[in-house]
Amino acid sequence: MEQITDATLLDIHRRMIRIRIFEETAGKLMEDGKIPGALHLYVGQEAIASAVMVHLSNKDWITSTHRGHGHLIAKGGEFDQMFAELYGKATGYCKGKGGSMHISNLDLGMLGANGIVGGGPPIAVGAGFSNKFRKTDNVSVSFFGDGASNEGSFHEAANMAGLYKLPVIFICENNGYGEYTAQKNHQAIVDVADRAAGYGMPGVIVDGMDAIAVFEAAGEAIKRARAGEGPTLLECKTYRYFDHVGVRGMGLSYRTDEEVEQWRKRDPIESLEKRLADQGILSPEAAQAVHDEVRTQVQDSVRFAEQSPMPDPSTLLEDVYAA
Amino acid sequence: MPQMNMIQALNSAMDIMLTRDPSVVVIGEDVGYFGGVFRTTDGLQRKHGEHRVIDAPIAEGGIIGAAIGMGVNGLRPIAEIQFADYIYPGFDQIASQLAKLRYRTGGDFFAPVTVRTPCGGGIRGGQTHSQSPEGLFTHVAGLKVVMPSTPYDAKGLLISAVEDDDPVIFFEPKRLYNGPFDGDHDKPAVPWSTHPGGEVPEDYYSLPIGRAEVVSAGDDLTILCYGTMVHVAQASAARLGVAADIIDIRTLLPLDVATLKQSVEKTGRCLVLHEATRFSGYGAELVATIVEECFYALEAPVRRVCGWDTPYPHAFEWEYFPGQKRVMVAIENLLEEE
Ligand SMILES: Cc1ncc(C[n+]2csc(CCOP(=O)(O)OP(=O)(O)O)c2C)c(N)n1
Ligand SMILES: [Mg+2]
Repeated sequence: MEQITDATLLDIHRRMIRIRIFEETAGKLMEDGKIPGALHLYVGQEAIASAVMVHLSNKDWITSTHRGHGHLIAKGGEFDQMFAELYGKATGYCKGKGGSMHISNLDLGMLGANGIVGGGPPIAVGAGFSNKFRKTDNVSVSFFGDGASNEGSFHEAANMAGLYKLPVIFICENNGYGEYTAQKNHQAIVDVADRAAGYGMPGVIVDGMDAIAVFEAAGEAIKRARAGEGPTLLECKTYRYFDHVGVRGMGLSYRTDEEVEQWRKRDPIESLEKRLADQGILSPEAAQAVHDEVRTQVQDSVRFAEQSPMPDPSTLLEDVYAA
Repeated sequence: MPQMNMIQALNSAMDIMLTRDPSVVVIGEDVGYFGGVFRTTDGLQRKHGEHRVIDAPIAEGGIIGAAIGMGVNGLRPIAEIQFADYIYPGFDQIASQLAKLRYRTGGDFFAPVTVRTPCGGGIRGGQTHSQSPEGLFTHVAGLKVVMPSTPYDAKGLLISAVEDDDPVIFFEPKRLYNGPFDGDHDKPAVPWSTHPGGEVPEDYYSLPIGRAEVVSAGDDLTILCYGTMVHVAQASAARLGVAADIIDIRTLLPLDVATLKQSVEKTGRCLVLHEATRFSGYGAELVATIVEECFYALEAPVRRVCGWDTPYPHAFEWEYFPGQKRVMVAIENLLEEE
């Protein structure tokens, strides 16, 4: 197994902080009515995107979900263009046309957040096919939720990836809920990883609150894929701290506050920071400095987005077709 | 008379049908325990039981396909697709199975399925939470397609849809759920209690599928519209002081040709409105119908105001949405055309 270096640990840590602070800030801006539309926030799940993405280059593709900010940040997304996109500004990653739920960037290998649950996995299969076809050793990674694992599109994609032995990694972020419906009320299994057996690929379960565990499991799957050994379904057990949309976490009708508190005790950032401190890799003060630095960057980017121009309405009709 | 918003009216319709007819079931994502993301099914599972108000996985093809099987086998399902934008994974079951069952079995069996689904824009939902795909469904023979514009119509038409032995795709303009939105997004939102369509009887009643409604009468021109655009049309005509026959199509398929024809023969001018994209939209069918039926009565070309032929954008909601400004310009131009 690949030995994790201090530099990689610090890299994962920084990506997680970037996600957390971006999300908390974006959520507040949405609640204040500054960012239009609904935001699905990634807080609680940061370890997964961060620890997977350190294995990937910009030439490795990912497909994301409606809860996609974390994936883009971990893949190298810049706060300026991200906030601008959420605000619907001309300087956003998609010139304001995509918004939170459809944010994407080809240079970073981020094929898009997706407003359609289950939209991503088949696209990741095609991207993986193309990598194999062009004889690169690049992979594609599809992120999706427990709820999405019930869509036909996921099953079609998994079967094709298994059949063609494609360099695709299916990462199920099982946070226990699809919207407001608990997993036990939307599928008869506990482990989504069980579904791998039906498609001729390994199914692996990992603690999604443990960045190092995710790093190791994802590393194995990605190594297999790069070596031409085919796809893996990696299920990460995790939790979203907030409601399906927005920032409220407690007092919700469909889950208990105790449950939220239990998961928060296993906070992926706190536990990683403790480990980094214990091992003398990052002192609490140095960790705090990362938080502060990121917070400043976030504030600067919010200002950038707010000061950016709206797109010109004449561009409304552009980019429907090639010319 | 009790006041209801459109959500309460739809809830009341389902509650009544679940009570009256033991074969009625409701199935959809988050409809049971949670009560629906728009609260449309709130309380129904508690009252009628988990076996009748059923939480489904995120599997639209499965939901609609299962509703077909239930319908064939003695039940009368109401399937909710949480947003019309999510209906495409279920489109195959609708277009290939649901719509064709009766015909392909020579009338031997059928599935009395109602598919309820919120549609339309004006809620800053972007491209996958704002679409108006009704034209895709009116193009499938064997379906009925309904879109109410008031709580009163919503309840009466939903009850009819459930009682109908044919499959009905029931679109709910979600911007109208809480009030009669007339396209002016700067104005504070008004509740349904300010509108006569918010008066809804508690008890059972039904409205016929296949009948349009003339919501205001006038000789200057005819405006054909449905859903949110009914309110935009009324506000636009009022602001211009124009006397328009405004016709709420209400049931897109079957279309009430007689009511349309009678109006256009009187006015000689016709404007067609919808939120959906223009090219091959349902408006094209309306225009063709008017041209075929009323050609010699027309004093000007039939005109359309629709969504632009683009995906629904995140940043340009009010440039995209066919609001009062565009409708008023179209009315003025149409009245001047020779
Ligand atoms: C095809 C489709 N159906 C339904 C929805 C509505 N929807 C958005 S997110 C969501 C829940 C997704 O659950 P999961 O895949 O577990 O992801 P999570 O939100 O937990 O991250 C649903 C039902 C949708 N966007 N697209
Ligand atoms: Mg989930």
